[in-house]
Amino acid sequence: MKRIYVNEKWCLGCHLCEYYCAFANSGKSSMVKALKDHKIAPRIRIEERDNISFAVNCRHCTDPLCVKGCISGALSIVDGAVHIDSDLCVGCYTCILSCPYGALSTSNEGAVQKCELCAKNAFGQPMCVQGCPNKAIVYEER
Amino acid sequence: MAIDFLYPQYEVVRNYDRCIACRACERQCANEVHFYDPEFEKMMVDESKCVNCHRCVSLCPTRALKIVKTDHTFKANANWTGKAISEVYRQAGSGGVLLSSMGNPEPYPIYWDKILINASQVTNPSIDPLREPMETRTFLGKKPGKIERDANGNLIPNMSPQLKLNVPVMFSAMSYGSISYNAHASLARAAVELGTYYNTGEGGLHQDFYQYGPHTIVQVASGRFGVHKDYLEAGAAIEIKMGQGAKPGIGGHLPGHKVGPDISKTRMIPEGTDAISPAPHHDIYSIEDLRQLVFSLKEATEYKKPVMVKIAAVHNVAAIASGVARSGADVICIDGYRGGTGAAPTRIRDNVGIPIELALAAVDQRLRDEGIRDQVSVVVGGSIRNSADLLKAIALGADACYIATSALLALGCHLCRSCQTGKCNWGIATQRPELVKRLNPDIGSQRLVNLVTAWDHELKEMMGGMGINSIEALRGNRLMLRGIGLTDRELNILGIKHAGE
Amino acid sequence: MNYVIIGNGTAAVGTIEGIRTVDPDGAITVISDEIYPVYGRPLISYLLLGKTTEDKMLHYRPTDFYEKNGVKTLFGRTATKIDPSAKTVLLEGGETVPYDKLCICTGSRPFVPPMEGLDTVPNKTSFMTLDDAKRLDAMLGDQNDKRVLIIGAGLIGLKCAEGIHQRVKHLTVIDLAPRILPNVLTETPAAIIQRHLESKGVQFILGDSVARFDGNTATLQSGGTVDFDILVVAVGVRPNTELAAGAGCEVNRGIHIDEHSATTVPDIFAAGDCTVSHDIAAGTDRILAILPNAYMQGETAGKTMAGGSACFDKAIPMNASGFLGLHMITAGSYDGEQYLEHDGENYKLLVTRDNHLVGFILIGDVDRAGIYTALIREQTPLNTIDFDLIREKPQLMAFSRAERAKQLGGAH
Repeated sequence: MKRIYVNEKWCLGCHLCEYYCAFANSGKSSMVKALKDHKIAPRIRIEERDNISFAVNCRHCTDPLCVKGCISGALSIVDGAVHIDSDLCVGCYTCILSCPYGALSTSNEGAVQKCELCAKNAFGQPMCVQGCPNKAIVYEER
Repeated sequence: MAIDFLYPQYEVVRNYDRCIACRACERQCANEVHFYDPEFEKMMVDESKCVNCHRCVSLCPTRALKIVKTDHTFKANANWTGKAISEVYRQAGSGGVLLSSMGNPEPYPIYWDKILINASQVTNPSIDPLREPMETRTFLGKKPGKIERDANGNLIPNMSPQLKLNVPVMFSAMSYGSISYNAHASLARAAVELGTYYNTGEGGLHQDFYQYGPHTIVQVASGRFGVHKDYLEAGAAIEIKMGQGAKPGIGGHLPGHKVGPDISKTRMIPEGTDAISPAPHHDIYSIEDLRQLVFSLKEATEYKKPVMVKIAAVHNVAAIASGVARSGADVICIDGYRGGTGAAPTRIRDNVGIPIELALAAVDQRLRDEGIRDQVSVVVGGSIRNSADLLKAIALGADACYIATSALLALGCHLCRSCQTGKCNWGIATQRPELVKRLNPDIGSQRLVNLVTAWDHELKEMMGGMGINSIEALRGNRLMLRGIGLTDRELNILGIKHAGE
Repeated sequence: MNYVIIGNGTAAVGTIEGIRTVDPDGAITVISDEIYPVYGRPLISYLLLGKTTEDKMLHYRPTDFYEKNGVKTLFGRTATKIDPSAKTVLLEGGETVPYDKLCICTGSRPFVPPMEGLDTVPNKTSFMTLDDAKRLDAMLGDQNDKRVLIIGAGLIGLKCAEGIHQRVKHLTVIDLAPRILPNVLTETPAAIIQRHLESKGVQFILGDSVARFDGNTATLQSGGTVDFDILVVAVGVRPNTELAAGAGCEVNRGIHIDEHSATTVPDIFAAGDCTVSHDIAAGTDRILAILPNAYMQGETAGKTMAGGSACFDKAIPMNASGFLGLHMITAGSYDGEQYLEHDGENYKLLVTRDNHLVGFILIGDVDRAGIYTALIREQTPLNTIDFDLIREKPQLMAFSRAERAKQLGGAH
């Protein structure tokens, strides 16, 4: 399965992946409409310190602890990718407790949010990868 | 506080209707032009630091930025231009030599743009490169004067070592030090993929790049940095650098703060010391001395590698080239006055040397006149900007061209001409790790391959139009060129007729 | 192969999904005394809170889950006895169900301690099942006029309190322990959550218990009285081990299983709240009645039953819970060297022992807590990471570059 992989050697810490993520999942037609005067809550996050930086988002584990521990069945594996049904999610955060990557986060809507490889939004392809200027995030089979 | 006589050259124009304050501009500007003001909740700028490198413009996800030249102006004066006045202010403030980088930007004539290319009509058929063979492969090196056979009539192999170029373009010398590790990696990998060569410059060869040796030209310059037996043996050819188009007659200077552990090791000098390349080679004061070095290098590499000699295009370039040809060099490389540099005194860069077009024509003619043209190949560089420049150079007599500025542009360089600051936002002319990583060689090498491949396509198309199907048939074929708007004297030097003739 | 599962909670789902990763064809039968398809039991408080509905609850797995997995369901049927020599399960009514491999996922039941006069209380319920929630919902009505007394300030009691606090006139929680969540939290964080709940109108009586009920009045040991309309008993749970014990399985508070979820009787497995787990954080055996644990044990049982290889030896206590907007995530054991940060409602406690992180408590900011959990679960030696960074916040930056390359650059 194609997954998003991170190569920190090339990460510039520009944070554009976060903005492209927030835009892609906003449902808005332009980045300006989506993000102007907004504090973003992206599903991919940059960690940075002393010139080291890298992006972290859902690894779409084949053996996902978040799915196994989900109390509502909101998290499930669909075609190899871990998806969330925010309608079922009650916001108990057991997945946040379980994920070894810290890849699920809270959202303003109450339900937990996570990277779904842009499969559910208008773009269909991971926009963080599209927006990365240095191929520090790639979407490929490995 | 002393009066600052200099007004910022550029203005950063931000469209606040579009700016989403993602701060990519701030994070990507090593010059610290942009900053976020939490009180105003707005991005702000200090345009005095801007070098107009476009990194922020290119990365802004909402295209909210542009950089414009300030319209703040001095009183109009055709003689005392704003630039001339500002330079006086700068030197009055600093007391120092003005430094610049990349090639001479002054409005001297560009002869490439005054030369037109021929095409076939009716009587001599043009060739469709998509349907018929079209050869842009070429070989550099001394060509035998005659065919020799043994008593049985078999050919005696008397070919000197040759460089095989799948395209008549090589990447010219840029040292590791003047440009980054990742820039070198990009050039090396592209050279391999394209079947051509890149040049180490005078900075030695990083151990990681020995693997690209068969596509590497190793340079020996006046500082002899990084030159040792393995280095000479690693390359496909050795280039002796006598001069550089951007700064003929002077040496080079890599400041100590750029000499980190890796560069120190590669150049074989202590960390943190200035790397000074003397103006002359202190063992070369004559063609005979040059010949000694050429043959020392040949001897060291068992006569298996071509030795190239690079000179700057200066007034008496033809005579110098003749001497170089007689020194035993296999290839003469001529660098025109538009050639780039990581740092040069502005006055030298902008006032010394001559255009490559004239130098090339003069050298090719001189070598022909003396009957020694086949003894050497001629490679020219110093602002080959596109495939038409390339074709015109070959038709004027070059065997191949060197490109460097075009290559750096392909890597992202925006010709802000601030290499000497070491803060290249594109990760090219810098040694700061956080900037170097901005150039991913996976992307860089691909862009170089794209560029040269595109030029090769265009070259083939133009050659086909002329009814020519090989570099061999194009080389020195000045009948294929016509001048436009040139004086008789210029046409005479270029050895071409005027359009309409 | 003929698989039989007794029980229909998360452990049963884990067992079914585990079996099907190895054996796509074998017959699976699920016996459950509840009439519902599987639902996440912790959801019942969210049902009362209005964050979910009965319909959504029953979508813990898709509606075609049993059909797609070829599972025969015997809902509303009670297993009464296991005959390990005949390899049959006897159902109430006399029917027997034969098995080749059996998994006991019987869960637990509310523990109701003997309390004087309890039978005089007209409106009372425990809080474990969907039916309990429906019963409580019906008792509450829609007038917001009831006084509710919850006995037990553990997770069940407090989640119940959260679920109903807006629908009551008065809400009191009483516990014998001197603090709330005594099994999950230490004193200070317990006090933070207590204050938060109190600010939302919940009253606590701690270090006290009901001596006697008299209809709708509880008389406390300390002498005071509490009047109420509805009583919720959430004192604790007891594992349902009777079937296993009857079959000869070793039972020690809960059913004893190994790391493959096998009991001491051949071909009988067990998973979930009815079992005893080995808590690797504390190094002791204990009942870990938590949903992720139930799934893991079930999945391990399923895979093993079907002939695959599976091992679950990373059980630790862990909880994620929110109480009216204040979130709490805890894991592991609190016995060891402590690192503490406390600022208002944000509380962070990390506990290390012998070069390992063994436990943590986060209240308020629980962002990326799973990175801490993984350190406990994987027993990562702390000298292989930058502990100062981990103390600051959960971050992958604390790992070596090579480890990160593996985590972020490899398939998982």
